[in-house]
Amino acid sequence: MRQAAGRIFRTSAFRLSAVYLLIFVFFAVFVLGYLAWNTRRLLDAQITETIETEISSLAEQYRIGGVRQLIVTMERRGRQSGSFLYLLVDPRGDSVTGNAILRVPALDQKPGWVELPFNWPDESEEVRRLAKLRVFVLPGNLRLFVGRDLEERARLQEAIRRARGWSLLMVLLLGGFGAWFVTRKVLSRVDGIAGATARIMDGNLAERLPVTNADDEFDRLAIHLNQMLDRMGELMAGLRELSDNVAHDLRTPLTRLRNGAEESLRNAQSLEESRHGLERAIEESDQLIRIFDALLMIARAETGNLSTSLQEIALDELAAGIAELYEPLAEEAGMPLRSDIEPGLKLKANRALIGQALSNLVENALKYGLPPEGSDRAAEIELSVHRREGRIELSVSDRGPGIPDDDRERVLERFVRLDRSRAKPGFGLGLSLVNAVARLHGGTLRLEDNAPGLRVVLVLPAPLVNDPEIVPSP
Amino acid sequence: MKILVVEDDVEAGRYLARALTEAGHVADHAVDGEQGLEMALSGSYDVLIVDRMLPKRDGLSLIMALRSEKRTTPVLILSALGQVDDRVLGLRAGGDDYLTKPYAFTECLARVEALARRQNPQSAQLTYRVGDLELDRLAHRVTRAGEEILLQPREFRLLEYLMRHAGQVVTRTMLLENVWDYHFDPQTNVIDVHISRLRGKIERGQGAALLHTVRGAGYMIRDNER
Repeated sequence: MRQAAGRIFRTSAFRLSAVYLLIFVFFAVFVLGYLAWNTRRLLDAQITETIETEISSLAEQYRIGGVRQLIVTMERRGRQSGSFLYLLVDPRGDSVTGNAILRVPALDQKPGWVELPFNWPDESEEVRRLAKLRVFVLPGNLRLFVGRDLEERARLQEAIRRARGWSLLMVLLLGGFGAWFVTRKVLSRVDGIAGATARIMDGNLAERLPVTNADDEFDRLAIHLNQMLDRMGELMAGLRELSDNVAHDLRTPLTRLRNGAEESLRNAQSLEESRHGLERAIEESDQLIRIFDALLMIARAETGNLSTSLQEIALDELAAGIAELYEPLAEEAGMPLRSDIEPGLKLKANRALIGQALSNLVENALKYGLPPEGSDRAAEIELSVHRREGRIELSVSDRGPGIPDDDRERVLERFVRLDRSRAKPGFGLGLSLVNAVARLHGGTLRLEDNAPGLRVVLVLPAPLVNDPEIVPSP
Repeated sequence: MKILVVEDDVEAGRYLARALTEAGHVADHAVDGEQGLEMALSGSYDVLIVDRMLPKRDGLSLIMALRSEKRTTPVLILSALGQVDDRVLGLRAGGDDYLTKPYAFTECLARVEALARRQNPQSAQLTYRVGDLELDRLAHRVTRAGEEILLQPREFRLLEYLMRHAGQVVTRTMLLENVWDYHFDPQTNVIDVHISRLRGKIERGQGAALLHTVRGAGYMIRDNER
């Protein structure tokens, strides 16, 4: 229990509430104090004024009939209820007339305003009363006291003091309860989130943070974190699938390698033959390494990003270089390679990867691009680079048999080879790799009918400002 | 040539050192980054072969320490990290060439020899000569026995690279990297076609064969008769 209380005190919600409460208490004290002070001032002014009025009326009587008239008036008025205080004291200090008894020696009082303790005649001394009085010294050294009971003012002050006490108590109680309540609520939300994270860390990866329908800041946080968890889940699933695939896909060539080595160990009759076997083993392992590299690159494209190795490359130059590199090979294969490259295209990309992708596409075209028997179109390969609708399209087209509509999705997957291409060398990673490169650069790969033949289009997002007509090169 | 191999895998390091020795070089082997740096600083090696992931001090840090001591010994980085960025990182740290594991020894040897040659001031000469074949880098002119041979610009660069490394094996990957500046792996014999075209031009009937194919490794330009 004490630990739970300690937890509540340590929360930032509680501390914040406490600070607010303190500020509010200060404010309340100030307001009430000001109110009390101002009321007292107003009351004082009012009392002074009524006393002054009474005095001027008494002075009128005094002027008309001297001290006698004054005494008569005082006695008459002094009998009325709620009246003023009147007191006339002779030079010896004895009361001549009056409706009150001063509790201090009357002769000590100097003329002017004073506040003195007094009692009404029929009261005991226990009752403490205070009066505001004006003192006059009349001819004959008579002292005249005219004033009013301050009980009203005292009552008001007492009321205000009591109000102050109660309101402070209420503020503290309500504020304290509020802080505790808010803190409890916040703490329960945080505990909910912490509990869910703990369960996720324990391995329950499908668990998500609780989202109420309050749509508050905690919900927003939870929704964001849940999205993050979803994304991480996807990546992890991708990785798991990939490692399964790699394990599976490398088994076949590894088996081939092993079988080959075994066979030459068993059957090789001469040094020459075992040498041959070893050479084949090296070739096989080179293939394996290639497959492995391609798989890794695809994996990276599916999970990672490139930001560190992006640089501005001259796409036209790169494409022209690829065309030039493959042109002799294409000519030898009887499929002239033409290139149609828009000049001045620049792109932020990874040069090696784009080069690899283009080279894969050209090699594919060289491998599969021979027109089928009976085709009326001559064999040719076209490499084109163009800017179209704000994107850059790199395409390689051939006049081969093409790929049927239904298979176009499928050939982008890893290790998928169409039946009629099985006779050719390769392992079905070329297009997957190009697809991965496209995705890595935020682009897409499209397979089209070249009527007849296949056109593979690598669509990449173009940089915004890159118009050679607007920015003329020097 | 004196070569230092810094490789923590004892088996792989010993294999590499032995193979280099068989190829006619002197090879030492260090098994961690600290030992490697110490040996590289004290010995006078022509080329260092440095693995990237080493105990005590990693390969890149070794190279940077070496470079900060003003040593310009060429370094070939060996790495199991074959990703695109790693290459760039390695070269930026001061490496001169980068080879991804697993590699073919012929590739490694060819690159080591090319690196040593690069240090040689003779490699920057203005004309190369192999037998009666002459290449003038300034005039962009190639002659065989005094007769001019017309080459495409790329063919010229290909021949120039081969002749700069005359007498050495040059692999297809090295050609692709240095002549075309592509760092990827073509699946076809695309380089071979360029070589055979070049061979056709420089060996047209006359004279001895100069441009040789080294089986399982690459190409070499050499005058066999001398």
